Amino acid sequence: MKTKSLFLGAIVFACFNSISYASKLSGINPDISLTLDGRYGSYSNAGDYELPGFMLGSEASRGEKGFYLGHNELSISANIDDMFYGKFTTAITEHEAKTEVELEEAYIETPALGYGVTVKAGRFYSDVGYLNNQHGHAWDFADAPLIYRGLFANQLLDDGLQVSWLAPTDIYFKLGIESTRGERFPAGGAANDGRGANAVFAEFGGDVGVSHAWQLGFSHWRADVVGRTAGAHAHGTTSEIPTFTGDSRISGIDFVWKWAPNGNKHERNLKIQAEYFVRDENGRVDMAGSSPLETSTYEGEQSGWYLQTVYQFKPRWRIGYRYDRLRADNTGSDPSVLTEASLDDKDHTPERSTLMLDYSHSEYSRIRMQYARDKSYTDSDNLFFLQYIVTLGAHSAHRF
Amino acid sequence: MKKFMATSLVAVLFTMTIPAMAELNVFACEPEWASLASEIGGERIRTYSATTAFQDPHHIEARPSLIARVRRADLVICSGAELEVGWLPLLQRQAGNPSVLPGKPGYFEAAAMVERLDIPVVLDRSVGDVHAQGNPHVHLDPRRIQGIARALQTRLIEIDPDGKAYYQSRLIDFNQRWQQATEQWQYQAKKLKGTRIVVHHRDWVYLFDWLGIQIAGALEPKPGLPTSVGHLLSLKQALASNPAAMIVHTTYQNPRAAKRLAQMTNIPVVELPYTVGGDERVTDLFSLFDVTIQRLMDGLQ
Repeated sequence: MKTKSLFLGAIVFACFNSISYASKLSGINPDISLTLDGRYGSYSNAGDYELPGFMLGSEASRGEKGFYLGHNELSISANIDDMFYGKFTTAITEHEAKTEVELEEAYIETPALGYGVTVKAGRFYSDVGYLNNQHGHAWDFADAPLIYRGLFANQLLDDGLQVSWLAPTDIYFKLGIESTRGERFPAGGAANDGRGANAVFAEFGGDVGVSHAWQLGFSHWRADVVGRTAGAHAHGTTSEIPTFTGDSRISGIDFVWKWAPNGNKHERNLKIQAEYFVRDENGRVDMAGSSPLETSTYEGEQSGWYLQTVYQFKPRWRIGYRYDRLRADNTGSDPSVLTEASLDDKDHTPERSTLMLDYSHSEYSRIRMQYARDKSYTDSDNLFFLQYIVTLGAHSAHRF
Repeated sequence: MKKFMATSLVAVLFTMTIPAMAELNVFACEPEWASLASEIGGERIRTYSATTAFQDPHHIEARPSLIARVRRADLVICSGAELEVGWLPLLQRQAGNPSVLPGKPGYFEAAAMVERLDIPVVLDRSVGDVHAQGNPHVHLDPRRIQGIARALQTRLIEIDPDGKAYYQSRLIDFNQRWQQATEQWQYQAKKLKGTRIVVHHRDWVYLFDWLGIQIAGALEPKPGLPTSVGHLLSLKQALASNPAAMIVHTTYQNPRAAKRLAQMTNIPVVELPYTVGGDERVTDLFSLFDVTIQRLMDGLQ
């Protein structure tokens, strides 16, 4: 009854509405959207999280136990004028009972430059890999793949410049380069006068018939790292901080395949996604704060991949499975220093199997259950998450 | 890595072919606009439809192939009024093609050219996924199609002034045929006036407004939300005291809910093509209305 009178009211209103010949229909400017993310986590192992063979950044963890908040984000974006688009995203998180504000994105972009060229400047998620440029709340699982956790502390985010070019071809082909400050993990020190990291990426994509679509990406990232510190590590009562200085290179390949009957994803759809990264590092590891200074040469190779598939078997309901696997092979002049820096792989192959089930009441709300058999560290564990992710405000548009 | 990129770049440059004729590349978000563009643009344009009649235009992936198409488009024609809000802005922002950005002549929003119905009084998502600018499914009213055709002709002339006389004559020809067909449809559909019909989603508001059909209820409890058993039961109750002649749905909507309600109420289900390609006989806008009205009349028997 209420909707009916609303509808009648709408018609009456429409009859008196004389501004319908507007040249452009648009929502409010700017687009403001708020993402709320709350979780409940359960696992057995106590103590600090480690990924044997990987020096972890401070954000790389398996989450908290019990009730806690995830990334609650406020995002504001809009066309600035006919040349520039701008986006600002800030996340407010709680860390050890302290509220922290993180600046996640603050960039401008030029969708109006032409010739397929787009320039982006500011702080942005790198286009390295497939998952990296998507917000965590758009991921299909509650946490990042292990290789993202191990290499990027979940996501590669930096300040700088990106130039990309989209080819004028029927097949999707995009080339891009990034030059960034290189101060944030996994770089460090903002080398080369604040141009410490560089990346190139290439993306291909297309359709196969009306029901299938795919994308394939290659990326390479390189940084001159000066004093990258690993976070979240306590070694007894000492405050020795593992610090890496040297050359770091990451190469990656990513692949996504999506299927929906007749291309109509609303009812049922399937997504298969896989990424592989390998990192080569060459330099020196110091235990900052030790006296006399403990130091070692360090030559490392870390790699890993994941394969995941998510199936929406009916509207609102999705089920997913992900398998992660990592490998590390690090050597140096003083193995005891590498061990202290968590660079010893302890003859352990980190791996994890994750199952996910989520329910989206509308496009704006999602409730997720996730279980993982986690063998990423030497003590195997069972991880359980319950999560809600909701969006208020502007309609979210998700990348392929 | 570098070698791979160099070879792929060469391969791409090699396959890049520039069309010899000065044809306009028209990217239509939905098949109805591809069809309308062909009516007015004829041989001067080449159309591509991003979606088919079997895809829900609210829920389309911003696929790489679509980005590649927008990159080379001279004109993007969409329903607008937020119908494509989940995917079109991404295509526009990633394509690096300034001529089809919002506010530019190369971006044509059909719904902006006509008066819209269902403009919400209250903008609150608790009432479902409502569109602030009103109902975007404007192509199912022939009168509105005529207005959009005129606006599209003006836009084509703006983008391609050399084709002015051509587009003008195509529009005159189209208007003539369309006017005639509209009168015939109205005649054929006379009996539908006052008929009560249950819809799946409010895709049919403009068609019903034109033919004087009343919406007897919607299978979606709120726009964009799937139906529930409880909602079907309340629909059944409402229909018991005030019956409807049929239940209609589009080709891209799952007919399950419509069939369930049909079982509960003995009201027949009618699948309507909704847009061009929704039935093998529906090859353009003319046959879209031919088949739609025929199906509705058949449903009435």
